[in-house]
Amino acid sequence: MLRITISFIAGLVFGLGLVIGGMANPAKVQNFLDLFGTFDPSLAFVMAGAVVVTFIGYRLVLREHAPLCGERFHLPTATEIDRRLIIGPALFGVGWGLSGFCPGPAITSLPLVAKGTLVFVPAMLVGVGLARLVLQRPTTKTLETTGGTT
Amino acid sequence: MSVITPFTPIASTIGGALIGFSAVLLMLFNGRIAGISGILSRIFPPYAGSDVMGAAAFIVGLMAAPLCYWAVSGPVPQTVSGDVVLMVVAGLLVGFGTVYGSGCTSGHGVCGLARLSRRSLLATAVFMAAGFVTVFILRHVMGV
Repeated sequence: MLRITISFIAGLVFGLGLVIGGMANPAKVQNFLDLFGTFDPSLAFVMAGAVVVTFIGYRLVLREHAPLCGERFHLPTATEIDRRLIIGPALFGVGWGLSGFCPGPAITSLPLVAKGTLVFVPAMLVGVGLARLVLQRPTTKTLETTGGTT
Repeated sequence: MSVITPFTPIASTIGGALIGFSAVLLMLFNGRIAGISGILSRIFPPYAGSDVMGAAAFIVGLMAAPLCYWAVSGPVPQTVSGDVVLMVVAGLLVGFGTVYGSGCTSGHGVCGLARLSRRSLLATAVFMAAGFVTVFILRHVMGV
């Protein structure tokens, strides 16, 4: 139960971070990507703030042998650079540029019920499901290695 | 359809720090990476050892955030494209690409970079580059 409560709180704090940081606004994200137009560098500050806090926090937390409510840390084990690591992010980047949405802000925006969001999120879930199907077919790798990095 | 958005360095740094705090919290208690595409893919079967309830609770938390913000400081400023075809295509690409590439802005861009992962550095460089090129073409070539 504590584990589920923590998941909820982490989601809430994450979502508040997105909203306060302006990242729930696709126009702001697209403006970060528009170097030669209405450029808005705010996204870089969100990334920097998040990476610095996570870098320091992970250094402290990962010294422990196990998380407080679990038997082990679920860390990505893959180290090889493969074609999937180019194709996936390239497709994602195109969709991100077209819409200004990545998965977190899209889900967070659902209760704001913009028409574009209500169209985007179901399509995104279909995409997630398709990728899961494709990834399960050729090799029977466990989910920890296929979906675990995220 | 470009709208000028004000540069918000302080609010954005605070927002980023909150995202980082969330990532650390999730690792400290649950031993999980705060990657949204991974969390989303965990609500799909097969479920073997994948903590569906935790993933679902995180997603509910995300959706509670704009409502909490709204209750305290008013409406969340947002401009979302209403082009149905564009948003369907974008949604498919984002959903497929993030799961196929094992991560999104949070999993690779925040948690991966914080772990100094070479894979995440490459992935982040690729999706950023693809994003810059896409917006350039969309706004300055096609003039959308």
